Amino acid sequence: MSATETGGAARPAAARAVEERGGEERGGEHGRRPGSDQPIELRAPEDASVSPADLVPEQQPVTTTRPLTVGTTRGRRAPTPARGPEPRGERGTGVKLADISRTGDRVFSGLAGGTGVLIVLLVAFVGIFLLVLALPALLQDRDNFLTSRSWVVAGTELRFGIAGLLWTTVLSSVLAMVMAVPVAIGVALFLTQYLPPRLSGPLSFVVDLLAAVPSIIFGLWGLTVLGPFLNPAGLWISDHLGFIPLFSASTQPKNSVFVASVVLAIMILPIITAISRDVFAQTPRDHIEAALALGATRWEVIRAAVLPYGRSGAISASMLGLGRALGETVAVLIILSQAAPNSAFTPSIFAGGETFASKIANNASEFDTPSKTGAFIAAGLVLFLVTFVVNALARVVAERGSAR
Amino acid sequence: MSTSVRPTEAPTTGEQLSFRRPSGIRTLTNSAAWVYVSLAAVLAVIPLVWVLYTVISKGYRLVLSSSWWLESQRGITPRREGGGAYHAIVGTVEIGLICALIAVPLGVLGAIFLIEYARGTRSARAVSFMVDILSGIPSIVAALFIYALFITIFGFGRSVVAVSCALVLLMLPVVLRSTEEMLKLVPDSLREASYALGVPKWKTILKVVIPTAFGGISTGVVLGLARVMGETAPLLILVSYAVGINFSPTAGTMGALPTMINAGRDQAPTLPGYERVWAAALTLILIVMLLNLLARAIARASKLKEK
Repeated sequence: MSATETGGAARPAAARAVEERGGEERGGEHGRRPGSDQPIELRAPEDASVSPADLVPEQQPVTTTRPLTVGTTRGRRAPTPARGPEPRGERGTGVKLADISRTGDRVFSGLAGGTGVLIVLLVAFVGIFLLVLALPALLQDRDNFLTSRSWVVAGTELRFGIAGLLWTTVLSSVLAMVMAVPVAIGVALFLTQYLPPRLSGPLSFVVDLLAAVPSIIFGLWGLTVLGPFLNPAGLWISDHLGFIPLFSASTQPKNSVFVASVVLAIMILPIITAISRDVFAQTPRDHIEAALALGATRWEVIRAAVLPYGRSGAISASMLGLGRALGETVAVLIILSQAAPNSAFTPSIFAGGETFASKIANNASEFDTPSKTGAFIAAGLVLFLVTFVVNALARVVAERGSAR
Repeated sequence: MSTSVRPTEAPTTGEQLSFRRPSGIRTLTNSAAWVYVSLAAVLAVIPLVWVLYTVISKGYRLVLSSSWWLESQRGITPRREGGGAYHAIVGTVEIGLICALIAVPLGVLGAIFLIEYARGTRSARAVSFMVDILSGIPSIVAALFIYALFITIFGFGRSVVAVSCALVLLMLPVVLRSTEEMLKLVPDSLREASYALGVPKWKTILKVVIPTAFGGISTGVVLGLARVMGETAPLLILVSYAVGINFSPTAGTMGALPTMINAGRDQAPTLPGYERVWAAALTLILIVMLLNLLARAIARASKLKEK
C-alpha cells in the first residue's frame, strides 16, 4: 500500500486515501507508517470519528489544512466530496449531515437505478448479439431457414433450416406440458384444499426438491432407468394406436421423444405445482365458505370457487412450464437419440430427433468458423424468441387474471 | 331424536333439520376427485424417490470413500478404479461462488430499485417484466449470449469466468425475486421510524430494511446457488472439462460435477468409470439438496415470515 501517495491532492488519490484510512482505523497504530507526514497527527482525532455525531466538530480544524481528504470521511465516492463539504463547512451542523448523506442517497439510488437499466439492457443485448452473430450465416444460407430440415454448416455452402428442430422441440415440450399439467393441478389442489397445513408444508417441500435435482441427473436417470421402463409402454401404444400418425411405430423405439417428454414433464412438474399452489391458496375464504354454505361437496367447492379464481394463474404456470421444457438442454441431449441423417420426416413421438437446445449443446465443440457458429446461434435466437413469447404470454395471462 | 323417525333407514342425526346427503352422483364425483388428487400427489413423489434411490444405490460406495473427496481423475482411465471428484467439486464450488459474487449484488440492488425507489412506476413494471423474461431464458441461450459476447466479439478464450457470467443470467432473477418478496414484507413502519430519526434513505435501506429481510434474501441466494451449480449447458459451451485440479478462474479448462457426469455417461456399465458417473451424480445431488435444506432452515429462522 502506498501511504505516501495520499499526500498528493489529486482526486483519485483522495479515494484511495479513504480506503487506506479505513485500514488504519482498524490497525489503530500510528507508528506503523512513519513515512507518511502530517496527516498522522490529524488522523488521531479522526480515528474516533467513526460515529456520525463526532464527525462534525472535527471537520472544522482539519478543513483548513487538508480539505480534500477530510471530506471523504463520509462520502463513499471520490468526486462528490471534493466539491461537497467545503462550502457546507460554514453552515450549521444539522444541515451539513443531511447534505452529505444526500450524496450517499444519490449514489445509492444511482446504483439501484443503474441495475434496473442493466437488467433491461441485458435482455435486449441477448437478442441483439445473437441476431448480429446469426445474420451472416443466415445470409449465406442456401436453404429456407424456416422450412428446411437439413443442417449442413461445414464447408462453404451452408444449407440449414430449423423445421426439424422446431418440430421436435415443440412436440416434446407440448407433450410434456400435457402430461405435467393435470398432475400438477391435482397436486396443487391436494396441497391447498385437502391436506391440513401441517402436512402440506412437508409435501410441498418434497415437490420443490424435485425441482432441485439437476437436469443432467434426470437425463442420466431417464436414459438408463426410465427409458427401458417406458419402452414397452411405448411399443404397446404404437401397436394399438399406430394408425394415428403421432403414435405411428418407428424404427427407433428406444430413447424417443416420448421418453424425453416424460422426463421433461417430471422436470416442469414442480414449477407448475408451486405457482398453481400459491394461486389456489389465495382463493378468498368467502368464496369457499359461500359454496360450503350452499351445501357444496369439497369437489364442488373447488369447481365453483377455487378453479375459477385460480384459472389464469394455473394457465400462466403451465406456460412457464412450457417455456422451461422448450429450453431444457442436457436431459434432452442425453436421452433423445438423433435421427439418422437424411431420414424421412415422421411426426411420431416414438422417433428420435434433436431440439434446438440439444443441437446446440451437442455441437458446442465445433464452434470454429464464424459461419458455422452463426448457424447454431441462429438456432439459439429462434429458441430465445420462442421462449420470450411463451414467457411474455404467461405474464400477460397472469396479470390479466390478477387485475380481474 | 334421530331414532324417532325411521331407525332402520336413517340412523344418522340431522334428519329433522332436513339436511340431505348429496346425491349419489355428487358423492361419487367428490370421491373420484379425492382419488384423483391423491394419485396425483403420489405420482409427483414417485420420480423423486426413484431418482434418489437410483443415484444413491449406484453411487454410494464411492462417495463413502475418503479418496473420492480428496483425489482428482488425473491419469485415471475408464477401465481403472480409483480417483475422486475433488477436481470437479472444486470447479463446481468455484464457478458457483464467482457467479454469486456478481449475481447477488446485482439481484439485491435490482430488488431495491423495484421496491424502494421505483415501486409502482412504469420503469419498475418494465424492469419487472424483463426479470420475468430473464428467468425464462434457457441456460443454453444464456451460454450462447456469453459465447457471442466474450469469445466472438471480445476475442477472449473459453474460461471459467465466462461460465460464471452465463450463470449470472440464471441466478440474477432468482436472487432478485426472492429479495423483492422479502423487501415487500418489511413493514413500512420500520422505514418511517428510521426516516423520522433523520436517517437518510440509503442508510435506512442498508441498516434497517436489508437486515430485516436478510433471512429471506439469503434463502434466495442459496436457492439460486443450488440452481446454477446443477447447470450443465453453459459448462458444455464455455469451458472444457479437465480431469486435473485447477483453481484458476481464467483457465480454459476446469472440472465440474455436471461435466464430469457428462464426460463419462457413455461408458459401459461394466467399467469402473460407470460407477464414478453415478457417484458424481450423487455428490452433485448431495450438494444441491444440502443447499436446499440450508435455504429452508434459513427461511425458518428468519424474522420475516411469508403470509
